[in-house]
Amino acid sequence: METVRKIAIPLSAIVIFFIFWEWLVWVNQWPNYKMASPSDLWPAFWKFKGLFLSYGWDTLWRTVAGLLIAIIVGTGFGMVMGLSRFMREALYPLLVGFNAIPKATLVPVIALMFVGADDMNTVMMAFLISFFPIAVSVSIGLSTLEPEYRDILKSLGASRFTIFVKIALPKTLPEFFGALKVAVTLAFIGTNLVEIIEPHGKGLGFLFDSGKISADYPLMFAVLIALAFLGILLYYIVVMLEKIFAGWAERAET
Amino acid sequence: MKEENQIEINNVTHAYQTDDGPLPVLKNLNISVPINSFVAVVGPSGCGKSTLTRLIAGLMMPDEGEVRLHGEVITSPKSSVGMAFQNPVLLEWRSILKNVLLPLEIVSNNLSQKQKVDRAMSLLSLVGLEGFEDKRPSELSGGMRQRASLCRALVHRPEVLILDEPFGALDAFTREDLWQIMHELRKEEAFTTLMITHDLRESVFLADQVVVMSGRPANSQFVLDVTLGNERTLEDLYTEKSVKMLAKLRHEIQIAQGRSTKTEENA
Ligand SMILES: Nc1ncnc2c1ncn2[C@@H]1O[C@H](COP(=O)(O)OP(=O)(O)O)[C@@H](O)[C@H]1O
Ligand SMILES: [Mg+2]
Repeated sequence: METVRKIAIPLSAIVIFFIFWEWLVWVNQWPNYKMASPSDLWPAFWKFKGLFLSYGWDTLWRTVAGLLIAIIVGTGFGMVMGLSRFMREALYPLLVGFNAIPKATLVPVIALMFVGADDMNTVMMAFLISFFPIAVSVSIGLSTLEPEYRDILKSLGASRFTIFVKIALPKTLPEFFGALKVAVTLAFIGTNLVEIIEPHGKGLGFLFDSGKISADYPLMFAVLIALAFLGILLYYIVVMLEKIFAGWAERAET
Repeated sequence: MKEENQIEINNVTHAYQTDDGPLPVLKNLNISVPINSFVAVVGPSGCGKSTLTRLIAGLMMPDEGEVRLHGEVITSPKSSVGMAFQNPVLLEWRSILKNVLLPLEIVSNNLSQKQKVDRAMSLLSLVGLEGFEDKRPSELSGGMRQRASLCRALVHRPEVLILDEPFGALDAFTREDLWQIMHELRKEEAFTTLMITHDLRESVFLADQVVVMSGRPANSQFVLDVTLGNERTLEDLYTEKSVKMLAKLRHEIQIAQGRSTKTEENA
């Protein structure tokens, strides 16, 4: 019953959203170049189904690869900053400054630095745009560890490494997953930035761009829906991992 | 060196380095805790009581003087110490049983997993937490969490138990329950206790000796021998003997706080 509810409610919300969309376009008599309606999307999907699959895969794996690097590097930065006040004070302004740069401006820079290495450039952008929240959350999680937690183990003669593995790491997991949910979405934006600004014949972003050039508006909207679908997919994978590894942090429903 | 003392604080002086220069906290402090006895330490807030516990646990070294456990000068944390604080600091991602088992994962021992679990379970049932071993800390009340914290502090059979205001955040009746449990634990297990508290009744009910620390920089200003027997009931706190001890302690605390003149305030 509970699982039926958990699936039925969001699913009906999506259906209602599409019906409302269809109705809005119909009532206003909008032409396709203003706003395509959901019923126009299916033909677009069908016509380009092969491209959607292979481009969707390009976008997906490059996003996930960027995200994985972001997790490794972000956690690394977070650990260094969380465990050493000196490093925190040194690195924080640099990271904030870097994060403040609009990433769209970096696309041509990276494209010029590594001409032709399209996969790498795309993965790199997904990584660059998404590692900041992970670094910040891990560093905050570690630096706000109450000293008593450390003292409990330290007074037994535990090493710094043991304290980190037994206490600091698990205690930081809820914050980490919170940041990962943000990072997933950001990584997607990073991948698509490259695919749209520096099109290189790969990814959903490229499909979007071709739709724009050939004035195929239903195709453009279909790409948006496909992106949303991938985003939802990745997001819920993270939610599932969170349930498994940090489910203890969930407050019991009252 | 006196053999019969489990904990000896010898002429300990300590200061913290702060932005406004050194903050002297302890000055020529001397405290002795005989083996298997229970010493309560009371004193004005901020006088250095928690500092004292961290020195005994080997988490810090004193500027001057020495801390001895069982005659041995402390230079680093010793696994013969168990600690519990006002905040029970249970690990939310572990069950109660796994929380209690934590020290056995760190302190070297040659117990099998079954022996470890048996040990933890016997302590849990001693403090009335049987049946709660698989619960998460967040599912327990404050008093129950503190009981679990006591079990964790004792599971590796430490010689010394250090308690820093362990019952300070509990309501009065829960606190009295935990006093009884402390007595139960002492009947079953052999350990020497140094307990920080700001509850004078608690100190008299639980301790063999009460040390009053002076204001900062603190030394031991007054030591009271609690003349109640080993079998104590809460009613004993309301006998004339106890009331006199409490009044004496109250008086000493006021001196420590620098207001020795009589006030309307009650203990
Ligand atoms: N790490 C520290 N650095 C600087 N000052 C500290 C530190 N820890 C405690 N103090 C100060 O030392 C004094 C004694 O602290 P503490 O031992 O915690 O007192 P108590 O437990 O008796 O309330 C307080 O004034 C406190 O602010
Ligand atoms: Mg304190």
